[in-house]
Amino acid sequence: MILGLMAGLLFTPLAWAVLTLLSGFERSRLISWLGILIQSLVSFALWAAVASEGGFHYQLGGWPAPLGIELRVDGLAVTFVMLTAVVGGACGWHAGIYLDPKKNWHRYFWPLFWFLWAGLNGVWLGADLFNLYVALELISLSAVGLVALGGQADALRAAIRYLMAALLGSLAYLLGVALIYGQFGSLSMGGISELLPAGSGQAGLIFALVLMIAGLALKTALFPLHGWLPPAHGIAKSPVSALLSALVVKASFYIAARLWLEFGEHLGSYGLAQLVGALGGVGVLWGSWLAFRQTRLKQVVAYSSVAQIGYLFLLFPLSWGVSEAVSLQAQQGMTLQVISHALAKAAMFLAAGNLIMSVGSNRVDALAGVSRFLPFSLFSFGLAGVSLMGLPPTGGFAAKWLLLQASLGSGQWWWLIVLLGGGLLSAAYVFRVYRASFIENSDTDLFFHPSRSLEVIPMILALLSLGLGLVAEPVLSVMALPFSKGGGG
Amino acid sequence: MSASLLYALAGVALCGIGLFGFITLAHLLRKLLAFNLIGSGVFLVLVGLAQRHGEPDPVPQALVLTGIVVAIAATALAVVLIRRYFHLSGHTTLRAETPERVPGRLKPQTRGDNPE
Amino acid sequence: MTANTLIPLFALLTSLLASVIIFALPEKGHRLRTSVNLAAAGLKLILVGVMVWGIFHGQSFEFAFTMLPGVQFVLRADALSMLFAGLSAVLWLLTTIYAVGYLEDSPNRSRFFGFFSLCVASTMGIALAGNLFTFFLFYEMLTLSTYPLVLHRGTRQALKAGRNYIIYTLTGGAVLLLAIAWLHGLVGDLPFRPGGHFSGLEPELQGPLTLVFVLLIAGLGVKAALVPLHGWLPQAMVAPAPVSALLHAVAVVKAGAFGIVRVVCEIYGLEAASQMGLLSGLALVSAITIIYGSTRALYQLDLKRRLAFSTISQVSYIILGVSLFGPVGVAGGLVHLVHQGIMKITLFFCAGNYAETLGVHRIDELDGAGRRMPGTSVAFTLGAFGMIGAPPLAGFVTKWTMGTGALAVGMDWVVVVLVVSSLLNAAYFLPILHRIWFAGQQQAWPHERRWGRLETSAWLLWPPLITAVALIVIGLLASMPFSPLSWVNLIVEQEVMQ
Repeated sequence: MILGLMAGLLFTPLAWAVLTLLSGFERSRLISWLGILIQSLVSFALWAAVASEGGFHYQLGGWPAPLGIELRVDGLAVTFVMLTAVVGGACGWHAGIYLDPKKNWHRYFWPLFWFLWAGLNGVWLGADLFNLYVALELISLSAVGLVALGGQADALRAAIRYLMAALLGSLAYLLGVALIYGQFGSLSMGGISELLPAGSGQAGLIFALVLMIAGLALKTALFPLHGWLPPAHGIAKSPVSALLSALVVKASFYIAARLWLEFGEHLGSYGLAQLVGALGGVGVLWGSWLAFRQTRLKQVVAYSSVAQIGYLFLLFPLSWGVSEAVSLQAQQGMTLQVISHALAKAAMFLAAGNLIMSVGSNRVDALAGVSRFLPFSLFSFGLAGVSLMGLPPTGGFAAKWLLLQASLGSGQWWWLIVLLGGGLLSAAYVFRVYRASFIENSDTDLFFHPSRSLEVIPMILALLSLGLGLVAEPVLSVMALPFSKGGGG
Repeated sequence: MSASLLYALAGVALCGIGLFGFITLAHLLRKLLAFNLIGSGVFLVLVGLAQRHGEPDPVPQALVLTGIVVAIAATALAVVLIRRYFHLSGHTTLRAETPERVPGRLKPQTRGDNPE
Repeated sequence: MTANTLIPLFALLTSLLASVIIFALPEKGHRLRTSVNLAAAGLKLILVGVMVWGIFHGQSFEFAFTMLPGVQFVLRADALSMLFAGLSAVLWLLTTIYAVGYLEDSPNRSRFFGFFSLCVASTMGIALAGNLFTFFLFYEMLTLSTYPLVLHRGTRQALKAGRNYIIYTLTGGAVLLLAIAWLHGLVGDLPFRPGGHFSGLEPELQGPLTLVFVLLIAGLGVKAALVPLHGWLPQAMVAPAPVSALLHAVAVVKAGAFGIVRVVCEIYGLEAASQMGLLSGLALVSAITIIYGSTRALYQLDLKRRLAFSTISQVSYIILGVSLFGPVGVAGGLVHLVHQGIMKITLFFCAGNYAETLGVHRIDELDGAGRRMPGTSVAFTLGAFGMIGAPPLAGFVTKWTMGTGALAVGMDWVVVVLVVSSLLNAAYFLPILHRIWFAGQQQAWPHERRWGRLETSAWLLWPPLITAVALIVIGLLASMPFSPLSWVNLIVEQEVMQ
């Protein structure tokens, strides 16, 4: 039954994509909301099953790898499946109300949304390198389509730029896969990591790993390969931006992290690890600085994504060449960071969308008076910002704490500067927005008030990100052996 | 130097040419063609390297077939986007800048005014 | 889950829930909002009273769970936490009453009272925290909940003050986080324990621990307004008077000082801290702050700013007392936590009254205020004399205790500091009193409001009168069993004798 659930997580979204392709916006909306409910229930059931029985493998149709498609699920994978259900569901619900039904092309949001979901689940559950490539491509193409949904010239520019970056990244990744297959004749991650000690030190393999990580880094917008992200996330519709920042960039990071943790021990080096970490650190500082300088609200949030993504790559130096305990802390911290950033960033983009719709402008200085008349959306924005700053008791703080411990434990104290300084810099741009909204402009309420459900959704996400800090311990224990080779089966 | 290694090297060369073209060419359709070159190069490497071991190996063939399908989908998407972009803006490169949006006035807002 | 486990949690939840309810209420629901506020304040007072009574009879109250691998979230009521908790519960009730009166007819009251309650919840959390991690949690929460209060008026000045405030406090918070994380890495998760953990320490840990101590004090010193980290405080005076009263008497500044007390007495331990030479450094910094604050107060022409610098000076008494390493000196410092809170809040309430009723902000506008507002001015006078240290008021008890404590450990220079600062206090308070009582009114009040027969609104008049009476009573009855001084002696027995 559980195996059926796993397969269902991949095929239900595809079926729903076809269904919604055939109907107009309103009917697709209803179909999709039903689909979101079903997907969420299935994801939760899978999570409960893994929590009680542990992880396992599953071969689709009984065909063994490498010809067949093999799925594997462990604690970490199922946590991300749950995260996708929560954030994807929230964004889908929000989009149904937020998008204007009168614009005919908005009906294509739904099929693209479902394809995106299918691709995401494919990444979390995939067990071999090539299937990950296919899932990544599915995600990228859907995401590009979603960005282009705006229809104007600048949305198309952003979409084209995004497509170029995504394709280049995928091709680099594929070349790396080709080189690895050439060496080992196997594509499954588990199989390769067993064969690795025999081939360690070979320049070709190291080159392959570097290529793959570089390609994935481009898709995750690591500095200096981040140029495509701010236009794409800033210009897209808010629910789309939320999906992109929260989930899409995490998919490529997830693969990069898995590659590093399974192959990096033999193929990586101290220099490579520190280089990746340093690029992440610069990304944090540079992204935060640029976020502070933006005049448009969504661009602030988009550059904030660039900054937060930089944190993720601190996993690389903190898990290479360090003790088991420190590596575990780094992995746990990074997982919490991914989850809390996904929740907080989605909340932030959705709240920003509400604010822009109410104020009638997407500039930061047009927010004057919002704190008096639209406190609800502003509060979710602020709460999400608190998580991004890593202030207690949010999930962002829990992640920061674990990473601080890992930095101290491994003796790599220079990451402390990045972690603490990044938090302060993110405070700069969050408080700038907050401050702009406290300015009193006039005594009358000239704002368009969005419907209650639109305001509730980002608040729920922000509260979840807050709650993550309080329930961090149970969440981490379900992840049990994160990144292990699949538990049972 | 066996035939398959030759294929692999040819693939690498194609990748290099494609990459060079991608970086230096400005016209979007040409960039797209460069991508396809890189893609073909990668497929060649995939097939060439695997054949090194003697008998034909079906797995890379299957992978390349999948890859070609993905590449077609991506190319189709890119062509549509580029055409639409040209139709809306009249540009064929990404280098031209659009002017900054004019900020909205503070007046009572209705739903249709969403500036996103 | 016994009652004793849940009571600390509930004490916290009263104001958290109040905050959520107030945010949800419409702006126009004034009466309902006031009732929610007062009910929550009363309930909290009762819960704190239960805990105080329980501690006195040897019970323990603790709520804990594992928040992160290797780290516990702990709420524990002990004698020291009850000192702070009791002070904030009582003063919250009075400040709420005052704030209701002060903010009458002003906009954004829902926002104000919502964050106000969050602020109090954070302060209660700081008081009840059982280890540094939990302390830090609520410390940062306090920063976040006080920022909107500073920003409340929305004027350019308020925005600038808020920006400064957040820069100082968040940077201090980052330094504090670094120190706590480092400490955890070195020695693990340490609960607060009377007598501290580090007596009998291995020598190789002493170096890093000294550095950690410096970082801890720096991080906490921002809120405690130690020189040179005090810059945010005078600027934050732009906030409404209830906010200044709360910030300066109860919440923010006291949180910083309380944190320093916890670190010195219950993490490091007085004996270990003095062995590592940390106490003398701390004593020096606090002495400099005392003199500096009082000196700058002399030059201020705005009433609230003068009081702000006076706060900077007075809070360091607490820290100076703690660094004296002798039971009497430490007792003096700790009891000043309570005494200074009550005296300062009286002064700020009165300053707010002058501003609201007469439109007076500058000291030279106060001529003849005594005749127009006798009740407020009497309270102000009592507060001022308390600050100067005149017997038999509360301030005198503090200074006497600290002075004798300093002499007992042979730190005679501390007595000089105490005397000099008392003289400076007199120098900047007496002229104000002279103007209030003995100068004739020169010109019309800048902006007068009338409230019927009383000199000002009842909401605004009663709180300062109550606190003024309190500071007389506390001073007179200092040796009685339930006075703050006796409570503090109970604490000090545990801290120093172990």
